[in-house]
Amino acid sequence: MLIFEHSRPGREATAQSPATMADLSDLPANQLRSEKPGLPEVSELQAVRHYTRLSQKNFSIDTNFYPLGSCTMKYNPRGCNTYAMLPGLLARHPYAPESASQGYMACLYELQEMLKDVTGMKSVSLTPAAGAQGEFAGVAMIRAYHDARNDTARTEILVPDAAHGTNPATANMCGYEVREIPTNKEGDVDIEALKAAVGPQTAGIMLTNPSTLGVFERKIEEIAKTVHQAGGLLYYDGANLNAILGKVRPGDMGFDVIHMNLHKTFSTPHGGGGPGAGPVGVSERLAPFLPVPMVGENNGHYFWITEKDKPQSIGRMSAFMGNAGVLLRAYIYARMLGREGMQRVAEYATLNANYLLARLREAGFDLAFPKRRATHEFIVTLKKQKKELDVTAMDFAKRLLDYGYHAPTTYFPLLVPECLLIEPTESEAKEDLDGFVEAMVKIHEEAKDNAELLKEAPHTQPVRRLDDVRAARELDLAWTGS
Amino acid sequence: MSDVPSDLKYTKSHEWIRVEGDEATIGITDHAQDQLGDMVFVEVPEVGAAFDVGDACAVVESVKAASDVYSPLTGEVIESNEALADSPESVNQDAYGDGWIMKLKLSDPEELEELLDADAYAEFCENEDH
Amino acid sequence: MPFIPHTEGEVAAMLDAIGVDTIENLFDEIPQSLRIGKLNAVPEAMSEMEIGRLMMQRAEQDGHPLNFIGAGAYEHHIPAAVWEITTRGEFYSAYTPYQAEASQGTLQVIYEYQTMMTRLMAMDVSNASLYDGASGLAEAVLMAVRANRKSKSKKILVPRALHPNYRKTTYSIVHNQGIELIEVPYDAAGGHTPVEALKEYEGQDITAVVIAQPNFFGVLEDVDDLTNWAQNNGALTIAVVNPLVMSVLKPPGQWGDNGVDIACGEGQPLGVPLSSGGPYYGFMCAKQAHVRQMPGRIVGRTVDRDGRIGYTLTLQAREQHIRRTKATSNICTNQGLAVTASTIFMSIVGGAGLQRMASQSHANTVSLINQLSGEHVKPRFSRPCFHEAVLTLDASLDAVMQDLASQNLLPGFALQDDYPELENSLLVCATETKTGQDLARYAELLGQAIATHASSGVLSQSHGA
Repeated sequence: MLIFEHSRPGREATAQSPATMADLSDLPANQLRSEKPGLPEVSELQAVRHYTRLSQKNFSIDTNFYPLGSCTMKYNPRGCNTYAMLPGLLARHPYAPESASQGYMACLYELQEMLKDVTGMKSVSLTPAAGAQGEFAGVAMIRAYHDARNDTARTEILVPDAAHGTNPATANMCGYEVREIPTNKEGDVDIEALKAAVGPQTAGIMLTNPSTLGVFERKIEEIAKTVHQAGGLLYYDGANLNAILGKVRPGDMGFDVIHMNLHKTFSTPHGGGGPGAGPVGVSERLAPFLPVPMVGENNGHYFWITEKDKPQSIGRMSAFMGNAGVLLRAYIYARMLGREGMQRVAEYATLNANYLLARLREAGFDLAFPKRRATHEFIVTLKKQKKELDVTAMDFAKRLLDYGYHAPTTYFPLLVPECLLIEPTESEAKEDLDGFVEAMVKIHEEAKDNAELLKEAPHTQPVRRLDDVRAARELDLAWTGS
Repeated sequence: MSDVPSDLKYTKSHEWIRVEGDEATIGITDHAQDQLGDMVFVEVPEVGAAFDVGDACAVVESVKAASDVYSPLTGEVIESNEALADSPESVNQDAYGDGWIMKLKLSDPEELEELLDADAYAEFCENEDH
Repeated sequence: MPFIPHTEGEVAAMLDAIGVDTIENLFDEIPQSLRIGKLNAVPEAMSEMEIGRLMMQRAEQDGHPLNFIGAGAYEHHIPAAVWEITTRGEFYSAYTPYQAEASQGTLQVIYEYQTMMTRLMAMDVSNASLYDGASGLAEAVLMAVRANRKSKSKKILVPRALHPNYRKTTYSIVHNQGIELIEVPYDAAGGHTPVEALKEYEGQDITAVVIAQPNFFGVLEDVDDLTNWAQNNGALTIAVVNPLVMSVLKPPGQWGDNGVDIACGEGQPLGVPLSSGGPYYGFMCAKQAHVRQMPGRIVGRTVDRDGRIGYTLTLQAREQHIRRTKATSNICTNQGLAVTASTIFMSIVGGAGLQRMASQSHANTVSLINQLSGEHVKPRFSRPCFHEAVLTLDASLDAVMQDLASQNLLPGFALQDDYPELENSLLVCATETKTGQDLARYAELLGQAIATHASSGVLSQSHGA
């Protein structure tokens, strides 16, 4: 039932808005709205109950193991939320003067410094609002750098074929052509193909390391050398930073620019699809181009760095400071981890992934890269099950919901047929991983005995499989009832 | 095996072409619609638009994919299949009939020599599957 | 270990199952030369008690000033229930609803949100939101370039009276794609964007026209005339509006003879705290004909195998994970949590409540302007404003603002940096959250500051910019 269907004309939560309408006769009549907008007319309790019940129709980290590969669905500590939502912080206007903002700006400055350290970068800007915006900022800086040197022949960005779809979409938004580089059978970038592809037209390469295939790119130093020798720059997609946090730094691998997904590695909430935060870090030569605003410090006084201080900046990504409240959550999380805790993130994320990999292999599942270590995630391929039992990765995914597990990422990366990309994260306990393996084994048995059980799954959710074709053909994007 | 009518010409990007004089009707093949799955939307070109060989001229969209359709020939659009706006499923149900996308007035009939015949296209699809 | 549950015994058993001796061995594919030691700039760990105390100190340090700044972020009452429900773990810690069956809560919220926004804007369709108002405008510009097939110029007319950071953000995001943003001046006396200012582009190929309502100065634009001009000239129209204000002003879907093509703006006034500028969200609505050019996520209503109503992401083929270089945008997420808050906010406050909130904000601002105006303080523009207005002071604005800030009152946004022609001019806003006492205090403190800092001469009566 929709909130609109609880509506009764004239019903109101009167405690929540001014008692009376004010006079608007000073405004021209032709500028005024002729009728009240058609929003729900419900009591406060009805709204509270409706949305509480809707929340209960969601899987979430707080209620279910959520091994969604490449999304790092780790515990979002409650304290990070509570202390980022202190009344003073919520009430601060983005244009409050520096004199009334020193406490807030101290948090941002310290976060910048910590992120510099864990990435090995020279300078960090926190302002991009999400991973995709961080990516955009990164590639826009590469372009600004070449343009500033009048090196305008560089029209191409190299992207491995295993890359996430945002990479080519971003390069395109920055006005670049995209050239794909193939991946070899072991999951590494094909170095010979890379060498053949680079040249005076190469603006840069976008890489994720560990890659989207769940393995560490072992020849990263050679890739860096190859691209740099051709005059290109290296962009690091921080989607998988959780795997190497505090163990290896993108700056040391030779990357010139990186974006981080704070909603992954730094545990800020995914919120049903945002808000995220996508800070960018850069090497010395790209520092002048960072997006603004940033926070500077001088003798314990914090100040805003704007386009006045950084005339070569690629500019602003949003009206104010990006997702400031998300940055505060990441700051609190980073302080609670501390330097040792940060290194443990990568260690235990990797331990959990390799343990899950070992258990699933033992249980008879095929791995996409059986000779490789898992990083913080790995890929199971159900190609065999599809051929022999006629069940797909999607069927497994839907049946997992019945067992109370959110499905791993399916059908990404596109290179591996019938894949499940599994990322347990460091915050899951051993018995939860064991429970997931047991569910996978049971589902495999079901696939042999009664494949319909999978094909018809899920059976226990508020709805069964939805008609996607109807949703797209007969678009119903807003309720038309009253 | 999908349907490959012998009286049509084909491209490696899975368009079919029916030639009548200096006009050509163009659509996507049965094999292509099968790979893409249930169509939910087809964007057809405007009448009067001019295309070179290989230009993106239409978009076919299923739930899982959106693909460009490439003009197999040089020419000007003299008719496009507006009915697909309401019934994109025609591409699935009748790829070589009601599922046609556009008609071109050809500028260079010699280009027809470059197209695949039914046997060559069937063989191409066979190889692509492996 | 913070947020890691493993016991020593479990670690040993897990390593045994993997077949390695130490956790360190799991990193053996990473070249040794790349491994790092200690993180020097990251301090030692703090407990929740310690970080809690630090955060309370920092929040206190910034005080609780009485705020009269608007300028794109507005202080309104937010019912306590809104964020209580929004931060329930099931909303807070869920991800993008890829598994629709296990995400019906988030999906239905978005469908309800889309419905509410289309009704508030009087438009056909809405997406699930973008990052914020400014980046949302950039996306609207890109969308207009895709949607206006007849236009080849990629020229967009943008009013100078649009929020300066919206102009800057849009430029940052679109200029690499060969899109030209052309600034349209405002009327120096009225503060509005006169339709005559567009006349020089008549007959030219213009891809889209941006119209802000109210504009950055709080001034109402002649939205009907501007919309009609654009459409008569083959340009698409992009409205940038304050959604709360649209509860009482004519919504973009009714502007001109045909309504605008795209309506976007900052969703923050609808239940999202000021919070230093984010997370907010950008909303975007459009005419049905443009729906396939819309960026971002969109939820549709459909049925499941048993014919039950359900909700799912739809039109995904437009998005980056499928369409890659040809995607409508690289955007992946929306601002889900902020949208959840807004949906609950609009349900609780309701249409009539929004109207009262907006109208009382306007009345407060009118009252404030009347109280502040005098010999040394004049309203800058003659045209009607909505809940925000520009005052010009016959005094050094910097000095006045510092005086007031030191007395814990933020008097408004100084326009001079972005508009050098608006020297000593202040954009002020008093929402429904301000009491008569608050307004009186502002008037009193401003009076004192002016007395200290007023220029010798009387304020010029000229409105020339």
